[in-house]
Amino acid sequence: MSEPMREIEVTVNGKLHRASVPVRMTLSDCLRHEFGLTGTHVGCEHGVCGACTVLFDGHSARSCLMLAVQANGHEIETIEGLESAKGELSHLQAALRDHHGLQCGFCTPGMLTTLTELLRDNPSPTDSDVRIAISGNLCRCTGYEGIVAAALDAAQRIKDAGSRA
Amino acid sequence: MNRIVGTSVERVEDRALLRGQACFVDDISFPGLLHAAFVRSAEAHALIRTVDISAALDVPGVRAIWRMEDIAHHLSDPLLKVALPSPAFRQELHRPTLSDQEVVHVGEAIAVVIADSRYIAEDAAALVMVDYEPLPAVSDCKAALEADAPRAHSSQPHNLVAEFTMGYGDHETVFASAPHVFHEELWQHRGVAHSMECRGVVARHDRLEDIITLWSSTQTPHACKRVICDVLGLDEDKLRVVTPDVGGGFGPKLVFYPEEVILALAARELRAPVKWIEDRREHFVSTTQERDQLWDMQIAVDNDGKILGLRGLLVHDHGAYTARGVNVPYGSAAAITLPYIVPCFFLDIKLAVTNKVPVTPIRGAGQPQAVFAMERLMDRVARELKLTTDEVRRRNLVPPELIPYTTPLKTRGGMQVVLDSGDYPATQAAALEKADWAGFRARQAAARKEGRYLGIGLANYVEGTGRGPFEPVSVRIGENGRIHVASGAAAMGQSTKTMLAQVVAEQLGCDMSNITVVTGDTAAIDYGMGGFNSRQAVMAGASAHAAAKKVRAKALTVAAHMLDVGEQALEVEGRHVRLKGNDERKVGLGEIARALAGLPGYYVPGGLDPGLEATERVIINDMTYANGTAVVEVEVDPETGLVQLTHVTFAHDCGNVLNPQIVEGQIIGGMAHGIGNALYEWMGFDENAQPVTTTLAEYLLVSATEMPMKVDIVHLTSPTPLNELGIKGVGESGVIPMTAAVAAAVDDALAPFNVKITRVPITPPDLVSLIEKAAAP
Amino acid sequence: MKPPSFAYHDPKSVEDAVALLGSLENAKLLAGGQSLMPMLNMRFVLPDHVIDLNNIPGLAGVELHDQALVIGAMTRQRELEFSDLVATHCPILAEALLQVGHRQTRNRGTIGGSLCHLDPAAELPTLCLALEAQVEVVGPSGPRGLMFADFPLGYMTPAIGADELVTRIALPLWPKGHGYAFEEFARRHGDFAIASAAVVLTLDAQGAIDRVAVAIGGVCATPMRMEAIEAALMGREPSPELFRAATAACKELDALGDVHAPASYRQHLAGVMVRRALVRACERASAGSKS
Repeated sequence: MSEPMREIEVTVNGKLHRASVPVRMTLSDCLRHEFGLTGTHVGCEHGVCGACTVLFDGHSARSCLMLAVQANGHEIETIEGLESAKGELSHLQAALRDHHGLQCGFCTPGMLTTLTELLRDNPSPTDSDVRIAISGNLCRCTGYEGIVAAALDAAQRIKDAGSRA
Repeated sequence: MNRIVGTSVERVEDRALLRGQACFVDDISFPGLLHAAFVRSAEAHALIRTVDISAALDVPGVRAIWRMEDIAHHLSDPLLKVALPSPAFRQELHRPTLSDQEVVHVGEAIAVVIADSRYIAEDAAALVMVDYEPLPAVSDCKAALEADAPRAHSSQPHNLVAEFTMGYGDHETVFASAPHVFHEELWQHRGVAHSMECRGVVARHDRLEDIITLWSSTQTPHACKRVICDVLGLDEDKLRVVTPDVGGGFGPKLVFYPEEVILALAARELRAPVKWIEDRREHFVSTTQERDQLWDMQIAVDNDGKILGLRGLLVHDHGAYTARGVNVPYGSAAAITLPYIVPCFFLDIKLAVTNKVPVTPIRGAGQPQAVFAMERLMDRVARELKLTTDEVRRRNLVPPELIPYTTPLKTRGGMQVVLDSGDYPATQAAALEKADWAGFRARQAAARKEGRYLGIGLANYVEGTGRGPFEPVSVRIGENGRIHVASGAAAMGQSTKTMLAQVVAEQLGCDMSNITVVTGDTAAIDYGMGGFNSRQAVMAGASAHAAAKKVRAKALTVAAHMLDVGEQALEVEGRHVRLKGNDERKVGLGEIARALAGLPGYYVPGGLDPGLEATERVIINDMTYANGTAVVEVEVDPETGLVQLTHVTFAHDCGNVLNPQIVEGQIIGGMAHGIGNALYEWMGFDENAQPVTTTLAEYLLVSATEMPMKVDIVHLTSPTPLNELGIKGVGESGVIPMTAAVAAAVDDALAPFNVKITRVPITPPDLVSLIEKAAAP
Repeated sequence: MKPPSFAYHDPKSVEDAVALLGSLENAKLLAGGQSLMPMLNMRFVLPDHVIDLNNIPGLAGVELHDQALVIGAMTRQRELEFSDLVATHCPILAEALLQVGHRQTRNRGTIGGSLCHLDPAAELPTLCLALEAQVEVVGPSGPRGLMFADFPLGYMTPAIGADELVTRIALPLWPKGHGYAFEEFARRHGDFAIASAAVVLTLDAQGAIDRVAVAIGGVCATPMRMEAIEAALMGREPSPELFRAATAACKELDALGDVHAPASYRQHLAGVMVRRALVRACERASAGSKS
């Protein structure tokens, strides 16, 4: 049986990507291997670890639990799109660095996208809000303390700068 | 006075990781890349009658399907003989590259499918028909040693793969005459490492040069290269092993695996680059695991609670094959006494083969189990003698005046165990103070009035770190002034590149941005041990320090010559050597490097060896011993069995700290792993050795909401005399005392119900059942 | 862990979806994908056809009808979580939703998908049982309605035909000021419940329970309506003793055991969850009746 394929058009980080993909291909594989955006990581492929989280039409979603064809006509943001056009790290990215919120960095794309959404939904999160927001993102290195501290600090930095997550 | 070492400089790894620009093994791609999927045993124990690949070969896009019979002629040996030597072995149980006769655990590789995509490879793998003749399997390590137990390997007469004893003193006499002897049977369950990145390999064969390059997420690239060269009969210049960015190691990635040799072979034979990325379900059944141990222990104490002797039996679940050695139970046995004066010690250690995933070190490597055993015994002594748990420990800790303390124990390499530095009572005292141990009973009583059950517990550990004998580091300054550092150390997320850059920058201008660090590349440096045993900051750090100092001395000599001043008047600042404090008179590091590159017919300046570079392999045979104390406060809900960690205080001493933020990160990360071992992580196998927890929804890793409500870390600093930087390892510290401290806190919270924790993980159903039993008449 | 090969269909109307269901063999409906996709990746299901419902307009949204909140089957859990209508008219749904998976899964997961997947530990089926929800199902012969009580046929088996799909869920409203609570015990935040309890009740002027619905999830093969507990509570004044006596029935449940907990623990925990839910629901009801 030949592999059923579909043409798709997806806007990722503001840039339109076109590809012909097997209909069974997951969105995570499409982003990584068709579009070359390997910053999104695949950690479990059954929707538990959260490393593959992207922003799908502005909302966090596990890209291993979506088909690439479902992204046709939609907009996606990934870790590669979080910095400014001038290449400056976002407040959240910088805070993660400053609070040692990453070690191996494998969970980082999911943490960044999930927390970017949190800070847009809730500009003044509590410690508990942050923990609940990332409870679907597993990290084996940090023990989460640096990540939580970074998110809280980023919220403050965003307020101080009067900017957006 | 240091400017870089000892400060929380920005990590050199972070920028790429935060921007999604890092390169992990699955990020590597080539035109024409093929993808491998493995056919793995569905049986825990069975003979393989046939492996039928005919239907699978018909799947469009399949390039090759290999069983052992298809590759045997390429292999110098069908078995992977990678075990560390030990006279304790009674059986040789090496893993086959692919199994073709008998499978002994679910998940071992039987065949490999290589296809145009992973999707197609998995389609075909599902069509490979393996005809098994099932055999009885053994799941439990204690049952495995019983006379009538099924044999895990049908070729062996029993399941005792290795045994040895460890100890000193006359325990028979001591225990016969001791005023008090207490017995505990303790058990720690198996866990999985679960780095967030699973394993992975990409191999490419360069036909022009006939060189295979293999990218593997290994913790030991040089060892990986050696094994592949042996098995495939390659000259060492025909294989390069590179460790790209690695998404966590935690132990199992230090082991060599069959997939690595098969991928190297496939790239060469199929004349195409090939990738295999372990998926999470494979990680559950094919990546090594650890921690099943049963401890049947007795402790002898006098009327004051001072230890007279310790003895017992340790049964260790070895898993189905020898993938590393006897090192895990050896590490357990060698760790159990360390924080305390134990006048007499005897341990009988038996390694049982089971039909489960092979066991090799996971963060902590046997030491968490030993600490669990020792600290549970100490709590028992306290209870029996009506002492507080801190006091009984205080009476037995090795006192600072005895440090360096030569224990009667030896390491696996035969070196004497000498506790080189540290103040154990002061560490415990610091933890207790920060945890407000003194105020706890009042907190507990107040909560009890509200119907809430609080508990507190503590645990001490002493950890052997910095496994020698050496880790090479080369430091070279290029002719543009850039500093290139290469090491046999392997980075897997623990900031190794930052660590090396910091140590080198301290000597060579303090400009971290001027340093490029290469780790985990066999083409960059000839030798390397890699990452395990909390060793890289100690061993590679020592070599980096020595090499950087040598390069610095050379640079100063040449610069003195060039600037016509004395060396003492010079300093390295940024990318120059300059007259101290004078930025007008300076010479660039690149110019010095160029001068040392030589000119045809001229003297090398300063009469030095050519090249502004040095390679050091500082030998440190003795391990350096870090120590610490964890204090855990919990609230337990007796109705549901929920254990909530309200406060964890961790006082530790890893000597001088190279980077405080990184050290704290290591400790809290290890702590999270230890909390998992204490309360959540349970790798289940049924009585037929079939795994029953093979998803991350079944095997529970700690998430942010399960972490303690409050974490405090206290640093004590007793520099080791064993290396110039005065540092001790810290990568495993956080995990080691956690199970013991959590168990003690739960005991304390549930003292009204007379609950005694003897096994971990402690699950809510187990706790409720213990409470109900205590309530029953 | 890659999905098996299948043909993909994305109908643009319910009629087209029903027609596809009627004409294709071995087809699976894809709603939010938070359960189907892991099963596909693990090849636990091997459909020949996947019919994606995400491009059908009109299947999502929350509306207030006369005496019910009517929710489109493809409404994302996130939309319900942030819905003012839900917060005002069905606060127990808002409370339960916070326990449903994680932010990322709620952003994609749908109410219809959760009901049809019918995991016994899932929150939404348990809640629908307690609220006496009605389900609208559309098949070749048009729509039909059924009570959610009749929806679960057995373990993960909804009462819908192979050529039918769920289009709407109606949640009858409870009077303003009613008491409610959703209690759950899971090993970690966001995990499926080992046991959960949904309680909705009202108190009469004397403070006695005059209407109550109790359902538990996570314990048996399907969510369970606990009529015996309800009967024991009716007309009685809330007290710890009453709750303890009423929930003794939980010990008789035909509970499941798995890697997380044995059956006996689930029976025990069911009682604890119902008692805790009753306490909170009564507190809310008395506060509500006073306001």
